[in-house]
Amino acid sequence: MGLKRKDLLTLKELQKEEIELILDTAVSFKEVGSRDIKKVPTLRGKTLVNLFYEPSTRTRTSFELAAKRLSADVINISNSGSSAVKGESLLDTAKNIEAMNADMIVLRHASSGAPYILARHLKSSIINAGDGAHEHPTQGLIDLFTIREKLGKIEGVKVAIVGDITHSRVARSNIAGLTKLGAEVRVVGPPTMIPREIESSGVTVFHDLKKGISGVDVVLMLRLQLERQGKGLFPSIREYSEVYGLNKEKLKWAGPNALVMHPGPVNRDVEVSSEIADGLSSVILEQVSNGIAIRMAVIFLLSGGSPSS
Amino acid sequence: MGLVIQGGRLIDPKNHCDQVMNLLIEHDRVAKISSRAIEKKGHQVIDASGMIVSPGFIDLHVHLRDPGQEYKEDIRSGTESAAAGGFTTVCCMPNTRPVNDNETVTRYILEKAKKEGVVHVLPVGAITKGSKGEELAEIGKLKEAGCVAISDDGWPVMNSELMRRSLEYARAFDLVVMPHCEDKHLSEGGVMNESRSSTEMGLRGIPCQAEEVMISRDILLTDLSKSRIHFAHVSSEGGVRMIREAKERGVPVTAETCPHYFTLTDEATIGFNTNAKMNPPLRSFKDREAVKKGLIDGTIDAISTDHAPHSPEEKEQEFDKAPFGIIGLETALSLSLALVRENLFSLSKMVELLSSNPAKILKIHKGSLEEGAYADITLFDPEAEWVVEGAKLKSKSRNTPFDGWKLKGKVKYTIVAGKIVYQG
Repeated sequence: MGLKRKDLLTLKELQKEEIELILDTAVSFKEVGSRDIKKVPTLRGKTLVNLFYEPSTRTRTSFELAAKRLSADVINISNSGSSAVKGESLLDTAKNIEAMNADMIVLRHASSGAPYILARHLKSSIINAGDGAHEHPTQGLIDLFTIREKLGKIEGVKVAIVGDITHSRVARSNIAGLTKLGAEVRVVGPPTMIPREIESSGVTVFHDLKKGISGVDVVLMLRLQLERQGKGLFPSIREYSEVYGLNKEKLKWAGPNALVMHPGPVNRDVEVSSEIADGLSSVILEQVSNGIAIRMAVIFLLSGGSPSS
Repeated sequence: MGLVIQGGRLIDPKNHCDQVMNLLIEHDRVAKISSRAIEKKGHQVIDASGMIVSPGFIDLHVHLRDPGQEYKEDIRSGTESAAAGGFTTVCCMPNTRPVNDNETVTRYILEKAKKEGVVHVLPVGAITKGSKGEELAEIGKLKEAGCVAISDDGWPVMNSELMRRSLEYARAFDLVVMPHCEDKHLSEGGVMNESRSSTEMGLRGIPCQAEEVMISRDILLTDLSKSRIHFAHVSSEGGVRMIREAKERGVPVTAETCPHYFTLTDEATIGFNTNAKMNPPLRSFKDREAVKKGLIDGTIDAISTDHAPHSPEEKEQEFDKAPFGIIGLETALSLSLALVRENLFSLSKMVELLSSNPAKILKIHKGSLEEGAYADITLFDPEAEWVVEGAKLKSKSRNTPFDGWKLKGKVKYTIVAGKIVYQG
């Protein structure tokens, strides 16, 4: 059985079983990445278009590699090179891409909900590669995969997500995925960065880092969007990093051998100290390699593939 | 040849009438109202049995987009839409291109309405030049040219001193000021109600307090200026509460709300539905219930539509880029009738909200049907069912969140100045 849906827009809309199917499928694709010849012929003749309206290195490259390892053809369209700069609407651009018989469109966009427009109007499968502050489902899946791989399970695991929850699509996807798989999720940050009624998504809110990460198995540090300084969310990067940044000393508040994760790119000595960032790098880089496996699984399953084939 | 409306239930709250009556319309006036049969010879006859005969509805808040954005709506299509919704008079907001902040624009609107409009159009002038919130528009000139009220609508006057002066100055011309209440700092960047839904969708929220801070400010300024103020499209619980308190204290305030605020909640935006995006935004369940209570107890005086047409291309954009606003003229009656069916208030009360109270707020001689009255009349069948189809509406635009809804209550005839302008 594959995924019985055309698009992957959010983790919120996925059933627990669908998430587990993707994670299980990614395990075997991870193995493909470690082979000498990292390519399977599964999607030969299929076309995937990366349509990126926001700058991105790792996500775009990861999707490109994932598709290529499945033998699909890949086209990359980035904001500066697209006709968006000439004023073409998102829908028109996407319709043109579809007219070229793209089977799958991977969309990264600054506006929350942008992939919904494409999903509603196009027959191509749409994969959300991050929309505004809404969701980044494949990143969420990567984090789930990494936690499961490192800790052997997700159910019952205590995870603290620290930082600007309000503006984080990574946080929303993680919250949706983790709570569905039975993890205990906390969000930690100043009240200016915690969105209204976030508790209703099944998380506990902390404003104190010490209490928030006390005893947790995983600390997921969010990237601080530095351009938000001066918007009343936090007074200065210095104060933010003193109160909510993670260093070796503060990490002792967490449970023994707590896993520190970060979706990258890292602001060194802002949300995590350099010593942590470097100690972290093994996990961060692993998240990156897992990213390809997850995206292979998603592309494969949305193309109608099933794990048995 | 006159027009006989026979056997309909005449509801005219101003004259305390709610019974089957026959009406004779001659020229643009109601010539006769009688419970006895009216001689039909030589007259056109409407058999109104099973229908409600009401003074024509008056919408205090529409956007006709003319001049300047005729691709969204123009005076002809907007007034045709009004007629189809039972509205015989509409007040058009000044946020046209150019802004209706001077008598030339006002005259253009009135002349075009006379030529192409099918219902009465009463322009609302701007409070400040260009609605920029910097200096007063020539309010006296606007009134002289035909404006019936002033408002900067979606660009509220943020400067409290200037708002005070505009309230005071409008008093000299006995013009009612109709603010759209929104603290632009609190709402900055916001695209929907700040709530659980905005959190889940990762959309920037607008808290109720953005509306309430300004309602509160404007009540205080009305205390100071002793002017007439009418709050446009009230959507929040706190807003209703403050207006209720102000009325209890005797402050001369009136208020309106729109059908979407008493019908929908912000959950209608889920799935990034831009046809549920308007300003003020759809609020929570408790706000919606408070708005209904405000209608029941008279805190809210009128139902307006805030009819705000936008083209499909504009609405079919990313949620944060799509413009605010929905069309509402053709669904307002059915949605208001739903409250009557919920037993929240009587049909007569509904007619007050849609007709006689708006006339009172504007101080115009409309909103009632007695012999000698102007023959603006709406006939509707409260039980007739229909399905909303955006593409079939008279408006040029189709941005309605009610597309596909099965509604009850249909306009059968709209009569303006004694002439049938719409037949459904």
